[in-house]
Amino acid sequence: MESIEHIDASLRDIESAASLEALDAVRVALLGKNGAVTAALKALGQLSADERKARGAEVNRAKERLADAIAVRKQALEQAELDRRLASERVDVTLPGRDGDFGGIHPITRALERIADIFGRLGYQRADGPEIEDDWHNFEALNFPPHHPARAMHDTFYFGDGRLLRTHTSPVQIRSMQGRQPPIRIIAPGKVYRSDSDQTHSPMFHQIEGLLVDETSSFADLKGTLAEFVRAFFERDFEMRFRPSYFPFTEPSAEVDIRWDADDGTTRWLEVLGCGMVHPNVLKNCGIDPERYSGFAFGLGVERFAMLRYGVGDLRAFFENDLRFLRQFA
Amino acid sequence: MKFSENWLRELVTVDADRASLVHALTMAGLEVEEVTPLGDQLDGVVVAEIVDAVKHPEADRLQVCKVSTGQGEPLQIVCGAPNARVGLRVPLATVGAVLPGGIQIKAAKLRGVESSGMLCSAKELGIDADASGLLELPPDAPLGESLATYLGLPDASIELKVTPNRPDVLGLNGLAHDVAALFGSRVLSIGVDEAPVASDATRAVRLDAGADAPRYLGRVIEGIDASARSPLWMAERLRRAGIRPISAIVDITQYVMLELGHPMHAFDNDTLSGAIVVRHAAQGETLTLLDGNKATLDPSFVVIADETRPLAVAGVMGGLDSRVTDTTRNVFLEAAHFAPSAIMGRARKLGLHTDASHRFERGVDPALPRRALERATELLLSIAGGKAGPVTVAERAEDLRKHAPVLLRHARLRRILGIDVAAAEVSRIFTALGMAVEEVADGWRITPPSSRFDIEREEDLIEEVARIHGYERIPTTTPAGKIALAPEPEARLSEMQLRDQLAARGYFEAVTLSFVNADLLTTWGVASGWVPLANPLSADLAVMRTSLLPGLVEALRYNRDRQQERVRLFEVARSFHATGGAPDEVARVAVVASGAARAEQWGEVSRPVDFFDLKGDLDALIARTGEPARWSIDTTDLPSWLHPGRGARVLRDGHVAGFIGALHPALAKALDLGADVHVMELALEPLLARRLPSATRVARFPAVRRDIAVELPEDVTWASVEAAVRGALGDTLKAVRLFDRYAGKGIEEGRKSLAMGLILQDASRTLTDDDADARVAEAVGALEKTCKARMRG
Repeated sequence: MESIEHIDASLRDIESAASLEALDAVRVALLGKNGAVTAALKALGQLSADERKARGAEVNRAKERLADAIAVRKQALEQAELDRRLASERVDVTLPGRDGDFGGIHPITRALERIADIFGRLGYQRADGPEIEDDWHNFEALNFPPHHPARAMHDTFYFGDGRLLRTHTSPVQIRSMQGRQPPIRIIAPGKVYRSDSDQTHSPMFHQIEGLLVDETSSFADLKGTLAEFVRAFFERDFEMRFRPSYFPFTEPSAEVDIRWDADDGTTRWLEVLGCGMVHPNVLKNCGIDPERYSGFAFGLGVERFAMLRYGVGDLRAFFENDLRFLRQFA
Repeated sequence: MKFSENWLRELVTVDADRASLVHALTMAGLEVEEVTPLGDQLDGVVVAEIVDAVKHPEADRLQVCKVSTGQGEPLQIVCGAPNARVGLRVPLATVGAVLPGGIQIKAAKLRGVESSGMLCSAKELGIDADASGLLELPPDAPLGESLATYLGLPDASIELKVTPNRPDVLGLNGLAHDVAALFGSRVLSIGVDEAPVASDATRAVRLDAGADAPRYLGRVIEGIDASARSPLWMAERLRRAGIRPISAIVDITQYVMLELGHPMHAFDNDTLSGAIVVRHAAQGETLTLLDGNKATLDPSFVVIADETRPLAVAGVMGGLDSRVTDTTRNVFLEAAHFAPSAIMGRARKLGLHTDASHRFERGVDPALPRRALERATELLLSIAGGKAGPVTVAERAEDLRKHAPVLLRHARLRRILGIDVAAAEVSRIFTALGMAVEEVADGWRITPPSSRFDIEREEDLIEEVARIHGYERIPTTTPAGKIALAPEPEARLSEMQLRDQLAARGYFEAVTLSFVNADLLTTWGVASGWVPLANPLSADLAVMRTSLLPGLVEALRYNRDRQQERVRLFEVARSFHATGGAPDEVARVAVVASGAARAEQWGEVSRPVDFFDLKGDLDALIARTGEPARWSIDTTDLPSWLHPGRGARVLRDGHVAGFIGALHPALAKALDLGADVHVMELALEPLLARRLPSATRVARFPAVRRDIAVELPEDVTWASVEAAVRGALGDTLKAVRLFDRYAGKGIEEGRKSLAMGLILQDASRTLTDDDADARVAEAVGALEKTCKARMRG
């Protein structure tokens, strides 16, 4: 280095290098094979030992300062480069994503599955039967004699051969008990049909039937089971009442009301379930000894539970399949 | 059943207010559906008489009346009622009275004429819906008396929802027994005196219907005044029970039915010829009923006939020709017992439902006819006059229902209810319900009254104890039985998993009706094997669906008609198919899609949904089963609703599982839909069957990928290309990936270019470049041979 005193100028060159390439050129000019510092180091050999020692230390110090300055500048340039790149790669993260489209499960299915799952946890097994039933399973085996007035309460759809669309899920009780012995716990969800259509009746709707038969079951057990269920489904406590009623296939029979707080601030009793102790004739019809076994059965309308749970005011909305309605059940 | 609260309270003492009474009835299984308070605010309303009426000088429709309350000067009142006339006794709301609904009565000028008070309609008084004119009171209504006192108000009309097992409470006397049991009080029995027999007119009765009609009582009453009006108390009770008073004779039969629960009938005796014959109808026999309709009967009906013709359908309705009219002088009163099984369903068969059929098909106390007949006679004589003849009794004692005692075991009662009801309470309940109680070793022997058709077995008694003791007093417990862990087969997907998968792919679940319009199925060409309903609600809901698609596509259209262009719906439900016997029910999943392939987006060019979008959804469902190799697709035997070039049959193990594709353009046009509607429908079972995973070791040697491009005739399917490659390379080929398909410029007309990546891997060694090249050559050779392919580039 002929003019190591020019180090300040070299440091300024490093400082002012505008790009990594320019900096590299400065580095080569100073520290490269033919660079000024390399040359100064090579020139040391021509000096006397004393001079060499002093000069050598001076050159090495200069070399270190230059190398440090280059490293600092390089990091700064790299950082600037990265900043530039990051700035250029910026996107509007608030733009909509791709393919984030979603569908949804129908509220009836949603309520139905929730109910069946709750009973599933209590050991009730799912059961099913045909929707086109025969008179025996839908009525007679359930203790409805022919022409019985209780049949008139079921507005029944018939087929030409005397078969019918099941008016309730109760025939699944019969199908589940036939050829089986207790203990029995089944839960049977499904479509049922009544020839009635207006604002509050759909000719097709959904019921869930539950049945428990074993050696000790009592009306008190029925009350306990349904109280638990209602609490589990709605995730809250309700004032509940069991009211005597009549179904040909249970005795004693009850309808279950819950104390419901309406949107308008009033409260009223709402009927949500029908239930009772399985009638001995029904057990006998299925080959189960009513002296040894007793059981309870209950049935509920899924639409009613879905309406209460999700605040649906109009039954017909369930069957219109309007996407603007269905989207609310994602 | 609807009844007056005050009437019930006259029959049984109830130490409870209205709300408590209503609650107690509901909680005893006699559900109160509606309570209508009547005449709650009638202070200041009195009986008055119009003594003068002249036209209002300024208004055609108004009259200026002078109204007397029997004391002081008559009041001047302006009135607009059409029936206001001199001599009429009416309710007068005096100045200061506040009527139900808040109308305050003030002295006022009406069109310049002073009016001090208001003459009222039944509606204005809150005692009836009738607003057609002033409430007309009988001429003997005491002037000046408080109307509330006179009419027995306030009262309430209470409507009960009576379950079919309790016909005994379809009369107030029966209801009173339940109320007595609930409140621990006593029924005040309705005293019925035997009417003095003052004439010897009789009519013979013959029973020819066996056990269907085991008892028939009748009597002739001569010289009645058919124009007599029912007294106010009776008219009011009927009105509050929802029955409009008609004439004294008809009203009396209705009244006795409400009071005792026994339907009755009155014939014009002068229209009858010879003996009354109770018999089964002849096949095709006809009778014009009271409602004017002609009923065509068959031997399942019991008729009341005389020696020449049928007069009435037993337990259902009387005939027009023999009815009581305003000119009737002599009546024949009937009180008969019919077996429920002889009446059940008969009214319905005629398209009728009457108060009589409602009671008889549920069961009317066979002990009642005598009492009902005497009660009606007593009322008739006092209201319409006349002379009663002796009662003719015809009965077949052996066919009357016997009430056998029923045993109730205390242990059984405890077990079924889960509570120990004290023996004394059990005895009290049955006694209060009018049952004979005998204590036996392990319980009670109970004999029900003849009015209770629902007490035949032990459970019936258990229910009575629970009902009267109170369901709310039974505790809540948890069933003690063992819970068996239900097996959940892992090699089976749940329907819910399938639903969730479709929802995750953008589909909304729909629920459509199981019955559709037959024409719709015909339009779709899926009419064969349908199951029609015998009694559909309408033509739109007449046939069980043979496919979910017609209904689901209608749901799609419903949405498109409401500005929802992009529609994705699916449904899981059953289709129904006729067989010789029980129809087949096949669970299916149906999927419909229309509109853009993806929801509108800023970063992609929008395109309509196509076959391959739907096929992707199908592939995803199949992938979930873990056994895609068992599934295949072809274009054989496509249904007519599919586009023949853009539709396919889906098979599993060679069995048809369903179809997928674009709707046939002709069908789309017939349904007024665009060309973008794509659908698929598959049987659910094969989609839910899945493989239980059985893992194999992951290969340790690296895979090699070689890309090739071949040119081949347009009509060679990808399936055959893939098969040729697989056939040539066997196990070494791990996958073949089609990454480009091209036809057009640079490719000969009628040919296409396919570019694919072959993933090769050997289980025992690393493949060298030479190995891979050799394999590729084999694949190309096979394609040349079987697919008329040429290697490109």
